[in-house]
Amino acid sequence: MSGTSTPSAATTAIPFPRLRPWLVLAVPVLLLVAYLVLMDNGTVSQTGALLHELMHDGRHLLGVPCH
Amino acid sequence: MVRTLLVRGLLTGLLAGLIAGGFAFVVGEPHVDSAIALEEAAAAKAGTGAGTGTGESAGHDQAAGHDHTAGSGEAGGHSHGDEATVSRPVQKAGLFLATGLYGLAVGGVFALVFAGLRGRVGPRSDGRLAVAAAGAAFTAVVLVPFLKYPANPPAVGDPETINGRTLLYVVIVLVGLAATAIAVATARRVTSPDPWVRGVAATGAFLVPVIAAWVLLPAVNEVPDGFPAALLWEFRIASLGTQLVFWAAFGVLFGWAGDRAAARHPLTTPGSPASAPLPSSSGSSS
Repeated sequence: MSGTSTPSAATTAIPFPRLRPWLVLAVPVLLLVAYLVLMDNGTVSQTGALLHELMHDGRHLLGVPCH
Repeated sequence: MVRTLLVRGLLTGLLAGLIAGGFAFVVGEPHVDSAIALEEAAAAKAGTGAGTGTGESAGHDQAAGHDHTAGSGEAGGHSHGDEATVSRPVQKAGLFLATGLYGLAVGGVFALVFAGLRGRVGPRSDGRLAVAAAGAAFTAVVLVPFLKYPANPPAVGDPETINGRTLLYVVIVLVGLAATAIAVATARRVTSPDPWVRGVAATGAFLVPVIAAWVLLPAVNEVPDGFPAALLWEFRIASLGTQLVFWAAFGVLFGWAGDRAAARHPLTTPGSPASAPLPSSSGSSS
């Protein structure tokens, strides 16, 4: 990373209207993935304890309440 | 530009998740195995009827269809008390699936937040902003929750209370994120030229809600009597280390990729495609 303070284009803010569709579309999908990995015990996935069992060690070691 | 950042966050998040999975596999799994051994010993001592395990899952909710498990499921139902549908070796492989997908999801959300912060808050270089934001995210999403509701190995925690504990965990994560946002907003609002004043104001704005939540939220202590304190400590440190490895790897990878991209296209602006580094303003409407 260059320590100089030359105003590169990287400092230009992205306008919020350009950002909004990504936030609206992508964030719910990503949060759903995180929920399925970290917390689902069959309520959403409808696979019973399968996700719980498969993600079991990851849930424990990522620090999420598992069982 | 947003798409570039999102893809970068997804890929570096996946990679950092797999790296953290490697750490968890080496450092954490021995403690998980020890805790499961204790759990099974306790269950055996309690004398639970292990024979009723296998047949249960056959008939629920599948009234209309033929059983979809192709016959192999309950045919060989030995009464070995195997309520686990996934074996331990598969669970250890699932560790990498879990940390990888966690990294993917977290990396994607991080990238979109980063896209909003960029050029508005914090350091001006993508690399420095990435490292700073990853540090803030680790504090908000890992450290704040861990100090109230630390990670627990198998055999610790009553399965009856899992929903309540999960809810409390989500609440403390949200408190950490909200406190971080309040701290950033405070640092921007305070216009003192003295960086110490801004720093103290931001730190206070972060700590007040966090400490209030630590004090006010109910305590959870479900460590069974006789569970080895050393094992509990080792597991918790391994869990914290897994998250530390993830956020360190993610911050460095995401920032490094950002600075490399900026070096390749120094004149790229958010309004123009990355392949057209033209300084003139011809054709750039809106």
